[in-house]
Amino acid sequence: MTVTHFGAVLLFAFFTSIVFGITQRSEPKMMIRFGAFCFALFVFGTIAASWGMWLIKH
Amino acid sequence: MSTNPQAAQQMSKADKALLNQKSGVSPAVALFAGWLVPGAGHLLIRKPIRALLLFVSIVAMFSIGIALEGKVYTPNTGDLLDILGFAGDLGSGVLYILARVFDLGHSSVQIAIADYGTKFIVVAGLLNIVSAVDAHSLASGRKLS
Repeated sequence: MTVTHFGAVLLFAFFTSIVFGITQRSEPKMMIRFGAFCFALFVFGTIAASWGMWLIKH
Repeated sequence: MSTNPQAAQQMSKADKALLNQKSGVSPAVALFAGWLVPGAGHLLIRKPIRALLLFVSIVAMFSIGIALEGKVYTPNTGDLLDILGFAGDLGSGVLYILARVFDLGHSSVQIAIADYGTKFIVVAGLLNIVSAVDAHSLASGRKLS
């Protein structure tokens, strides 16, 4: 199996956010909101960190 | 005569906690089952949808890690990071046992993408521990619903 770096980020963020949403909140509506928040934080955090590393390199 | 909404809400929370405790499953059993099979703890305390989502998520992460040729840690290598990796992998319960029995994964990282696979496997184990603890909290009534 091969996967792009960004694909790996999306897969990781998706499955991890589901578990975080279910385990860290009590009500279904809040679970979905928290899961979506975690997903966004994972993906955009990774993109931000990637640009940060690019800036350090250059 | 009007009822106090806060008191009604508290009653509802207490009822929920009692309902969880009355599922008839010991918190220790929910914890152990949740560790052994992802989502099993939630299934025992009658949360089938959560159990299914947890099972699919954790098994998918572990499987992707194996498919990416990630490293499956073994005990007693003497390296501190390996010991931590082993502890993380062990969190997957039966998935880790199956991976060892059927010799899945690799003993060392051989391609660049395999490093991601290694992390997927470790994180699947850690997430399984989080979900097992959540099942314990639900069974003991510490988490309401």
